[in-house]
Amino acid sequence: MENLLPGILLQLFQSLLVVMAAPLLTGWVVMCRAWLQNRSAAGLFQPYRLLQKLFSKNAVIADNASVLFRVTPYILFGCMWLAAAIIPILAVDLPFSPAADVIALVGVFALARMFIALAAMDIGTAFGSLGARREMLVSFLAEPALIMVLFTASTISHSTQLPRIVDTLAHQHFALYPSLAFAALAFVMVLLAENARIPIDNPSTHLELTMIHEAMILEYSARHLALIEWASSLKLFAYISLGIALFIPHGIAGAGDWGALPLAMLALLLKMIVAGAGLALLETILAKMRIFRAPEYLGTAFLLAVLGLLIHFLLGT
Amino acid sequence: MPLTYPNLTLIPIPGAIPAWKGLIEPEQLLPVCLKVAEGGGRLVALWGSDERQNAGGFALQVALVTEAGLICLCVALEEAQPVYPNLSLIFPAALRMQRAAQDLLGIVATDSPDKRKWLRHGAWHGFPLRKDYAVAPIDEADAYPFVRVEGNGVHEIPVGPVHAGTIEPGHFRFSIVGERVLRLEERLGYTHKGIEKRFEQLSLQQGAKLAGRIAGDSSVAYAWAYAMAAESIAQLTPSAHSLWLRALLLERERIANHLGDLGYLGNDVAFTFGFSQFWILKEQLLRNNAAVFGHRYLMDLIIPGGVAVELSKSSILYDECTLLEKQVKLLRGIYEEHAGMQDRFIGAGLVAPKLAAQLGLCGMAGRASAQAWDARVQFACAPYDQLDVQMATHRNGDVAARVIVRFDELFESLRLQREILNHLTTGSTVPLLKLPGNGFGIGMVEGWRGEILVAIHTDREGNVARVHPHDPSWQNWPVLEHAVLDNIVPDFPLINKSFNLSYTGQDL
Repeated sequence: MENLLPGILLQLFQSLLVVMAAPLLTGWVVMCRAWLQNRSAAGLFQPYRLLQKLFSKNAVIADNASVLFRVTPYILFGCMWLAAAIIPILAVDLPFSPAADVIALVGVFALARMFIALAAMDIGTAFGSLGARREMLVSFLAEPALIMVLFTASTISHSTQLPRIVDTLAHQHFALYPSLAFAALAFVMVLLAENARIPIDNPSTHLELTMIHEAMILEYSARHLALIEWASSLKLFAYISLGIALFIPHGIAGAGDWGALPLAMLALLLKMIVAGAGLALLETILAKMRIFRAPEYLGTAFLLAVLGLLIHFLLGT
Repeated sequence: MPLTYPNLTLIPIPGAIPAWKGLIEPEQLLPVCLKVAEGGGRLVALWGSDERQNAGGFALQVALVTEAGLICLCVALEEAQPVYPNLSLIFPAALRMQRAAQDLLGIVATDSPDKRKWLRHGAWHGFPLRKDYAVAPIDEADAYPFVRVEGNGVHEIPVGPVHAGTIEPGHFRFSIVGERVLRLEERLGYTHKGIEKRFEQLSLQQGAKLAGRIAGDSSVAYAWAYAMAAESIAQLTPSAHSLWLRALLLERERIANHLGDLGYLGNDVAFTFGFSQFWILKEQLLRNNAAVFGHRYLMDLIIPGGVAVELSKSSILYDECTLLEKQVKLLRGIYEEHAGMQDRFIGAGLVAPKLAAQLGLCGMAGRASAQAWDARVQFACAPYDQLDVQMATHRNGDVAARVIVRFDELFESLRLQREILNHLTTGSTVPLLKLPGNGFGIGMVEGWRGEILVAIHTDREGNVARVHPHDPSWQNWPVLEHAVLDNIVPDFPLINKSFNLSYTGQDL
């Protein structure tokens, strides 16, 4: 029992860290975007100010909203928090590690998506259904691509458990995996699509007819909207963590290696900064594509992931 | 003479642009319009006036444009039964103008295919533009049945008048199947402010201020058209100096709006980089406006008789030309080579030249659909007669074509601004204070969106009795309904922005 306690503490620490730091990442991306577009940025802490503003408002809820509409923000937030908390970003042997199965992770994302899509249709406005329908179009194409990416990584480590994958890639026999290069490319494409980023969606648009994610949450206000915004930040954080865990885990603390923790945190910070800036750069140079290009785009992602898997089998381990 | 027809006598209207007026019997209206349409002419504006204190009854005014000039037909209508034949079969654009005339003055087009109210959103009883109208606002809702599209999987999306972004109010009713637009129906009139009624209570000078505020993005064009109409009644030609200055202001308005629109078109395909670059340039231009002319949107600078401003710091404007030419050239390269943007632009919101001609698409959007019409070219009034304006046209009629026409016009306007600065002389303005009685004058100016027309009627004492400002958006809004057909719903904002029509200009 006595050597379980530090693990639980670290797990708690990581969980709190992700939930507090996720808006910071969003703020960083927005800041980089502003700089790249010759604008002055609102500051790193703008997302927190937004959350504070929303939490201090009274919620306006449609008369015909069912209980589903009310509980969805909490479910969404819970799912995203869970996802972001179990991905090994600081150390590999956390108590929740057995839960960090990549297929379960995809399931958690799917659960959240199902609830937000149902809640969007719950009110019965045209925009909610429009958004839900588009979200489903994008996600049912993105999901298989994501699973193929994860399979590529798990075939290398012979496990679908994230800690095992990370441990294999970070600490054991160092090798260059060409298959992972394809998988990484596919993963970035899926990340953009799943997080409502350009070129699939535009997180900062005010044009209601072009929205996907924003159309689904148009009817939300105050604390509900705050939770959804926070959950979006967490989702982006979780995806980038997943990318880091799969493709650049180097620097993560090994099993029981507490001394490596400060270095692991520093490495994580650096990776997040680079990833956020890279995301902003991508969003600046790309334009949003016509929605019916999304199947082609995600089909390409799927194909790249499959190629990665094939290359892995062709070259052997 | 732009038109010959039995029993129709056209009298020239003095003024800056070639225009004629003529009285016509109601039964002659359709054949005359048909003849104009067959000769390639278009309907510009349609409005009514209350003549019960003058000749008796009401009058319908129809402004048509031909290659030779404007033709203003006046049809006398009986007081008891003010009816006239429906023009919308010849000029589809007439339909909404007829509905508006019915709401405001109670003159009725017989056999009109659409009898719904247009501008009256249940806000008044009676007819505001009748001289005996007592202002009595009410609050009731008009039933407004939209056309329903039936079929498996067809559903409606109501959008607006309150939108997610900060834009003007308008209601758009989409009938869609999946993402495909089967039908779009617009309902406008949410910004009806009673501008035409207000003009009746104002003096000529106050009217000039109001004209500059009909649509903030076309302030110069409206003010110039208003001044041109007043000067045509007074048979006065302003000094060359003030005409050069007016042209300078008009081109600056065009540059500002094209810069803004090009930015917005980037924003609508989520290419925010383009948006911020163009808006930096636009903001610089507006600040220069404030520094040189004292107003960012150039309001109140044009008055009947001349201009109310002196150009002092023209070196700022030369520098600005150089900067804009360089920057916009760079940005045009980025826009044209950006595959993602071009993929969105090309083929979206197509208006084929044939359809454009049929529906009377005009102005900048018309020129992108091969409707080679620019009042600065066809009716080059001073100082445009010395400038040799190069008209920008395109045949494709899609969003990409409207972007190209905007870029071309932007460069042309920058060239014109330089030319005008080189020609500018000093001079003075004698303000026009009083108009002759029983006059009718007309002014037409090519604003950035299209031709803007202002007509002024004066009463016996020479007071302004009726002012009708006409925005090109009247013609172009209905075309937008056609442009989105068979496009997908998320492309609508882009298509809409590529036209960028005025709500306030048509709601009045």
